[in-house]
Amino acid sequence: MEKNTPSPIQKESIMLTINGTVHRLEVEVWTTLLDLLRERLKLTGTKKGCDQGQCGACTVLLDGQRINSCLTLAVMHDGSEITTIEGLAQNGKLNPVQQAFIDRDAFQCGYCTPGQICSAIGLIQEGKAKTKAEVRELMSGNLCRCGAYTHITEVVLEALERSRT
Amino acid sequence: MKPFSYQKVMGITEAVSDLKEKNQSYIIAGGTNLLDLMKVHVMQPQHLIDINGLKLHDISERDGGGLHLGALASNAQTAYHPLVEGRYPLLSQAILAGASAQLRNKATNGGNLLQRTRCSYFYDNSTSCNKREPESGCAALHGYNRDHAILGHSEHCIATHPSDMAVALAALEARVVATGPDGARSIPMADFHRLPSNNPQVDSNLEAEELITGIQLPPEGFAEHYAYLKVRDRASYSFALVSVAVGLRMEGNTILKARVALGGVAHKPWRVPGAEELLEGKEADRENFKVLSEAYLTGSEAFKHNKFKIKLAKQTLVRALMQASNLKL
Repeated sequence: MEKNTPSPIQKESIMLTINGTVHRLEVEVWTTLLDLLRERLKLTGTKKGCDQGQCGACTVLLDGQRINSCLTLAVMHDGSEITTIEGLAQNGKLNPVQQAFIDRDAFQCGYCTPGQICSAIGLIQEGKAKTKAEVRELMSGNLCRCGAYTHITEVVLEALERSRT
Repeated sequence: MKPFSYQKVMGITEAVSDLKEKNQSYIIAGGTNLLDLMKVHVMQPQHLIDINGLKLHDISERDGGGLHLGALASNAQTAYHPLVEGRYPLLSQAILAGASAQLRNKATNGGNLLQRTRCSYFYDNSTSCNKREPESGCAALHGYNRDHAILGHSEHCIATHPSDMAVALAALEARVVATGPDGARSIPMADFHRLPSNNPQVDSNLEAEELITGIQLPPEGFAEHYAYLKVRDRASYSFALVSVAVGLRMEGNTILKARVALGGVAHKPWRVPGAEELLEGKEADRENFKVLSEAYLTGSEAFKHNKFKIKLAKQTLVRALMQASNLKL
């Protein structure tokens, strides 16, 4: 068997549309989407909590679906559209879910909040959660060590109801 | 993560030949478990083969009444697919009992089957683990083994398989379809994962040069009488201490056919076909279910911290069977 020793640094060219802006980037193949967003593009709203897919702080919307950006490689998403917390406000107006988090005080330290909000928007688009129990279940991938769950759940339920009317 | 080379492939043949030719090469699909393990240096591929461009995303009806689940369909797409929800609700529930919404959006059906154990010693490079490093020993054996196996383990490994989906697939008697250098074959779920024996570094009977292309579900989905019952330390987003997948075919209160698989207790979804047969022709009642639960745990052997699992498994079996046959607890 031929031994293929990997080249020390393999870079690939990709195109990503991030928050509506097209980026043509050359990335080292082992760069996670999270590290690309934070370290390279300085979009530090997306947080690195555990970097293991356990906390949800890194949640972004990839082609409209919520995912953990820490557990995917940037190079795997050539041509994709990504929405982060920085891309939710439109024309200077916060996304209604963002505004609701502020109005209802659905956080304390705020570190998990960008992930919570992106996850909530993903949940609303999926359309599977209807009851409080279902919201709690389908938001379980986002941990809040301050324990702001009560208000977070209320905000998501309200946003769900608004999205139906 | 350690450096590696990467290639996106556009054909199954190309993927399989790259697996064969490139040293220490691994397939990446969703990546939710592989990248996690690469970050902690438990898995160190030299080459990643990205198969997301392959046409393996479909969920479609098969001739003869079964269902085909593409290897690259996400766990979420599968669980919420109308044909799965309607005809195989056991599978749908099991998938939704695992991981989080974010992970299920990314994780694929093929990858779910190939995810590695969550044994904490497997993840911890500072401890001995025969699965991670053959012949280094098993730190779990005399360590904190609360989450570990009570059936089918060996002195070399007491890890459990973490998948919920696989437990339902075992009860449904699904088959895994794979392509290798010698062509395609299908493997019954009962033979897909393996017991640790003296080589726990090998999780499944999939050959190193084979690629999972899909999963075949047989026509019978037990949509009338089923249950997936998962017992865990928190109500959501946690691995099973014990889980039970049940499918029953019934006529009135009589059981004609029973399919039962246990999760969280062994290196593979645990089935005892002889014990399932004990229920055939029997009335659905607690006493008959207790007989099955005793038979399922025959030969079980617990460790210092997981003795509770034997009783928990028996009671979870009974409760899941009661649920599946619509009996009040």
